[in-house]
Parts: sequence; C-alpha cells; structure tokens
Amino acid sequence: MGEAVQAHSVHEAPAGFIRKYIFSYDHKVIGIQYYMLALFSVFLGMTLSVLVRLNLAWPGTEVPILGTIFPEGAPDGVMTPEFYLSMLTMHGTIMVFFVLTTAPQSGFGNYFLPIQIGADDMAFPTLNMLSFWVTFLSLVVMVAAIFVQGGAPISGWTAYPPLSALGEIAGPGLGTGQSLWILSVAIFCIASLLGAINFIVTTIDMRAEGMSMMRLPLTCWAWFVTAILALLAFGVLLAAGVLLLMDRHAGTSFFIPGGLVVSDKLIDHKGGSPLLWQHLFWFFGHPEVYIAILPGMGAASHILSTFCRKPIFGYKAMVYALMGIGFCSFLVWGHHMFMSGMSPYTAIVFSLTTTAVAVPSAIKTFNWLGTLWGARIQFTTAMLWALGFVSLFVTGGISGLFLNQPAVDVYLHDTYFVVAHFHMIMGVAAIFGIFGGTYYWFPKMFGRMLNETWGKIHFWITFVGVYAIFMPMHFLGFAGHPRRYAELTSFEFLEPLAAVQKYISMFAFTTIAAQFIFLAIFFWALFRGKKADINPWKATTIEWSVPTPPPHDNFGGEFPVVHRGPYEYSVPGAAEDFVPQTAPDVATAKS
Amino acid sequence: MFFAIIIWLITLVSVVLTVGKYWWLPELASEHGVALDRQFMLTLVVTGIIFVLAQVALGYLVVRYKDRPGRTADYSHGNDKLEVVWTLATAVVFFALVIPGQSIWASLHLIPPTEDVVRIEVTGQQFSWNIRYPGADGKFGQLKPELTDDSGGNALGLDPDDPASSDDLVVPVMAVPVNRNIELMLRSKDVTHAFFVRELRIKQDAVPGMTIPLRFKPTKIGHYEVACAELCGLGHHKMRSTIQILSDEDYASWLKDQAEE
Repeated sequence: MGEAVQAHSVHEAPAGFIRKYIFSYDHKVIGIQYYMLALFSVFLGMTLSVLVRLNLAWPGTEVPILGTIFPEGAPDGVMTPEFYLSMLTMHGTIMVFFVLTTAPQSGFGNYFLPIQIGADDMAFPTLNMLSFWVTFLSLVVMVAAIFVQGGAPISGWTAYPPLSALGEIAGPGLGTGQSLWILSVAIFCIASLLGAINFIVTTIDMRAEGMSMMRLPLTCWAWFVTAILALLAFGVLLAAGVLLLMDRHAGTSFFIPGGLVVSDKLIDHKGGSPLLWQHLFWFFGHPEVYIAILPGMGAASHILSTFCRKPIFGYKAMVYALMGIGFCSFLVWGHHMFMSGMSPYTAIVFSLTTTAVAVPSAIKTFNWLGTLWGARIQFTTAMLWALGFVSLFVTGGISGLFLNQPAVDVYLHDTYFVVAHFHMIMGVAAIFGIFGGTYYWFPKMFGRMLNETWGKIHFWITFVGVYAIFMPMHFLGFAGHPRRYAELTSFEFLEPLAAVQKYISMFAFTTIAAQFIFLAIFFWALFRGKKADINPWKATTIEWSVPTPPPHDNFGGEFPVVHRGPYEYSVPGAAEDFVPQTAPDVATAKS
Repeated sequence: MFFAIIIWLITLVSVVLTVGKYWWLPELASEHGVALDRQFMLTLVVTGIIFVLAQVALGYLVVRYKDRPGRTADYSHGNDKLEVVWTLATAVVFFALVIPGQSIWASLHLIPPTEDVVRIEVTGQQFSWNIRYPGADGKFGQLKPELTDDSGGNALGLDPDDPASSDDLVVPVMAVPVNRNIELMLRSKDVTHAFFVRELRIKQDAVPGMTIPLRFKPTKIGHYEVACAELCGLGHHKMRSTIQILSDEDYASWLKDQAEE
C-alpha cells in the first residue's frame, strides 16, 4: 500500500485564495465546504419545518413576511394548502439530500477518511472538487425551485408520478418547480456518484503501511460501505429522474398510463406504469436511509470507544454488521410499496428480507451496550450525542417492526406513525451522529475547542425535544392520522388530534430555537474558541497524531506506519490509557 | 446520573402514554381486523419490551460505569460467543413475530373471492371518490375515458351504448351490507390515491392504469369516514367520502333510493 501512496502525490500546496479555499483540491477544504453547505441546508430545511408546523397547529396564522415573498403561495401571509405541501416537499428533499447525505459522508468523510487511513489526500482530488461543486449547483437549482412561477412542487420528496409527471394541470408547483426539482436531484446523483467512486478507491488503494482493512477505524468502514451503497443506489435514481424528465418534456410515457383524465381533460399518454417509478425510487430510497445513518453509526462507535476508554466491543461483528446492513438494504425496497398495488406475494418476500435487516442493526446496538459495559465513561458533549444516538437508534429502529409486516402496515402506512419512524431513525438519529462528530472533530478541523457547557445545554434541549416531538407522532399514527394533510378540518376523526399537533409544534419550536445555541457556539469557537491541542480527547486514531489543523499533505511529508487496531484504550501495561495506531511500542507509547 | 434519569423518565412517559391508550385505533368493524389488531398488539408488546430493556440498560450502564477516581476500564475486544447468542436470539424473536403475521396478509390478498362477493367499483379523482354499483344486471358497463365529462355528470366516462351501463349507479358515498364478503375494485382517473377506512382496517392505493381488488367483510353496522392516504395534490386533505355498513334490508332500500334519485 505504501507504494500507492507514494505514486499518488499529485498536488502542491496551493498559493492563491481561490485555489486554496474555493476551487480547492484539498480534501480537508472540500470536507469543510460540504459541511458548511449542509449547515446552510439544515437551517433552511428547519425554517421550512417551522412553516409546516405552524400551518398544522395554527392554520390561518398571518405571517406578513411570507405574503411579501410569496404573494401567490401565501396571500396576505396566510399559507395555502399547496404552499404547505411545497414547503413539506422542500423540507424533506433538502434534509435528505443536502443534509443527511452530505454532512456525515461527504463532510466528515472527506476530511477524515484520508487522514484516518494515512493518506495525503483522496485518490482523485480533481474529481473531489468537482463533486462538491456539482452538489453546490444542485442546491442552487433546488432552492431556485422555490422561487419560480407556481412555486416548489407539491408532490412530496418521493415525487410519485403521475402527479409529478403531468405538469401544472395536476396542481400548482408541478410545472417549472417540479422540473427544477427533478433536475436538481439528477445533478445531485451525479455528484454523489463521483464522490462514491473517490471514497471507494481511496479506501482500497491509499491506506498507509500497516493499515490493513481490519485495522480501519469503524468510521472508515462506515464511509466505505456507504460509498458502495451510494454508487449502486444513485445511479438508479439518476436513471429514474431522467425518465421522469422525459415524460414531462419529451413526450415519453414511462410512468404515465393511458386513458388518464385530469381536471376533465384527456391526457395524451399511454403505456406507462406509475409503479415503475416507485420501484426505481425505492431501490434508491431504502439504501438512502442507510447512506444517511451508517456514517452516524461509524461516528457513534468511534466516539463511544474514545470516551469509554475501552476498545470497541466486537470490532469484527461491527464490520460484518455494516456489510450485512449494506447488502440487505438492496433487498428491502418493496416494504415501501405494500399498499402500492404490486403483487401481494412479493410483499411477503420483502417483509422477510426487511426482518433480516433488523438483525445486524440489533447487533450494532448490543455491541454499543457491550462497549459501555466495564467502561470508564467520560461525559464529554460528543459522548452525550453518541449516547443519544444509541437511544434514538433503538427507538427509531423498533418501530420498523410494525411497518415491515404488510398486515400491520395496512393500518399504519402513510400515517404519522411512519413520519415518527423515519424522523427518529434517519432524521434525528443521523443528526445526532452529525452533532457527535461535530463536537468530537471540531478541534481538529478548526484548531479550536467548542464550548462544552453550552454544548451540553444544546444537547439536553435537543434530546428531550426530539422525543417530545416524535413520540406523540406514533400515537397520531395509532389514531390513523394520515400524513401530508395540509388542513385537519375535513375529517371528524382528526378533530380530537388537533391538540396533539399543537403540542408537537410547541416542542418543535423550542427544539429549533435551541439549534441557534449551536450556531452561536459554532461561530464563536471558530474565531474565539480555546486553542486545541493535537489530541484533546487522548484518542488513538491517526487524525489525533497529526498537527492541528493538519498541514496540506496531512503528515508533513512523513507517511505514518500503522502498528495496531484503531481502538486500543486502557491497554494493560501501557504508559497511558490509550495507544495510538502509529505508536511503534505499547509499553512506552506516548501521545 | 442525570443522563440515566432523563432517559428513564422518557421511557416511563412513553410507556404510560401508550398503555393509557389516550390515542388509539378506533373501534373495529371488519372480520380480518381481529387478527390484524391482535398482531398489532403483539408487535407493540414485543417492541415495547425491547424499547424498555434497551433504554433502561443504557441508563444503567452510564451510571454504573461512569468515570470515577481509581476506576480503570476493562481491556476487552468483545466476546464471540455472546455475539452468536444475541444474533441468534434477535433473529429468532424477530422472525417468530413476523412470520406468523403473514397469514393475515395472505387471508386478505391471496385467497380468491367467494362466489357471493359483493363487488363495488371505487374510482379516485382529484379530490373525490366515485362509487359505482353494477345495478340489477350485476354487470358494470364499459368505460371510455374520452367520454369523461365531470360537469356533464359522467365522471367515469360511462359508455351509453353499452346496455350493461344503463342501470349502473355512480354515487359519491358508499354503503355495503354487513357480514358479507365485499370486494372493492380500486381505480383512479388521474393520479395515485389510496382508499383508507380506519375502522375497517383497510388501506390500498388506487393507481391509474390498474384495477386493484380490496377485500374485506364488515362486521359492525355503522357510519365511517373514508380518507385518501396517498398524496394526490393540493386537495388531498379534503378527499373525503363515507361508508355505511347496513343490514341487508337497509342496504337493499339504500340501493333503491339511490337509483331513484
């Protein structure tokens, strides 16, 4: 492996501002660019959720500024149902693609994968730069969809045709807005494919001497498996997006069947299948859930081991579980489609494969608890987020045991139970992984420490807040409350549930407000935070043995040699309670 | 300690709110719903136990093993035997829960309809439901999309030249006889909708270009709301209809009244 590393050194440290910070080849700069893009997106997505929650709890509320920006969607500042749906669509889309896919994998992965494996950069630095700027372009197109004539699409982040295929005749936002949405998603797919190739090649080819696959930190395993999932999943979504664009603009009928009558007008299409889109979309969509959560699992494992001062419990089992989840994730997409009209026989097969994917997920949980067993736990802020991750992963995971059974799903499908389930697991748990990573790695990325006290306050409000928001949504699901309803006034059975919606909104606003604490401590630390040492957490992996912040080639020309596994904490006989991967000798190991 | 107390409190509150059934499934009105509700409860109990055990254990471990002066962490890389045990145990519990439940799904979808089934066609459109009864001849007349004329009163495009269509009844609300096997033929004119009746424990997408059967047997006389459960556009939230479960006599007279109107 050493040879591959030497053969690679391709770029000199850049001189000009633009080469250094804008069109940079440096994986560290690109990682931070991705992180900042996600940070912008998460606050945008959150703002949209404020509008969504406001409309659900207090319909008819006047928000004057909305009336100014969106005279069509919110005349006099009062949201229309279609405006609600377009905000809902954009909230989901922005969060899934530009936050959950971007921050944990492209952000942290770009920054730390090369350093953790002992490489001076990603395998293809130019491709890396491209993948970020293509992602940026995709975000610009996505945000533009909000401001075009007719507004953002109202078809949800799943964009089921024919609703998404027919254009404005099917509803507002389904014209230009929908086209831009599909275009943006397609561009995002290209960026993700470029990134995925880079991650895979880097992991296989660029490891330092002694860094065998079974000595990789679990973060690297998570990024590696995630990259494979992204490579296989985003290609399919890209194809689906292109077909949908063609249905809209080139007169094809991949997803539009014959004989449709929309708004009393016969549609001139025939031969397509709405279910085809659902198969393609969920073939991407389910692995996407794991693309969002696996890096969080990696980060949580990494952080737990560090602050337990203990090797990770069952390293090999953790690696195999990651692979198992990754493999199974491609066999389960049909559980989104039990009610879709596909063959009911297929439902049983998908139900069983989905049950299978729950087993490696449980293995992860057992091993996290095993890591805590016999530990010496240090309650840093990063550790709190990792512990919160474990709690939420369990809570969000087990509700999957309702939805993987077609018979039970008959009742719960497309109710708030599903909203609760996927927010808990791929929304909130994944975000907790991102926050854990942020509090843990910030010192290395920016050379300064985040405020631990305020970080803990941020954690506690968020942790209690997300339970207070999403637990009650399970109960709304029990009561049969359908999701994606702009108003709750047309059905008698929804009336008693309005109180719960109000209560959820109040907790949502509180929790969202607490995120500004994070923003404040983030930017405060960026400029005024305490200077960080090389290894503030006394951790073992290679990112903690390089200078803070790391030099352009990460190692100052001397590539590390790896002598042991990633989590050697509390080794009997060692001088300190951690032995870095690069330390040649256990007994005399010093940071 | 603080972490443990908070996490235990969250667990306790979640359990209390669930056991109290403050927000719950509505009263049941269909035959297959008995088994479905039982499977739901079984799943709730199994996942509830896992939830409580995992959160309590998490809280316990962080209290028990927090950093204290003089404490050293165990140096252990795991235990292969334990890995095998908990992997197998999880697999057994999960599959033991999920496999028997498949029979409920099979009874709904994989058993062909009986001879005496009452067949009703349901067609979704933005944003209403069209319910069609075949009339006295028991046959649904032919539909031609090009004849569709919402304002002219032919929402489904019934072909007047087909003799079978002359006595077809198209109404915005539904009635079915109690304790009879019902088969709804779900269709859509425009985009994908989903037919959802909470009390009957039925939900099925209505997909344009397809006719999807949905079978159930209502067991309780009553009046229930029909909701759309698949995002279908700006009026999705008001795509409402009703279904009445009637005795055989009431059903017959309902059909007669509707036909006369």
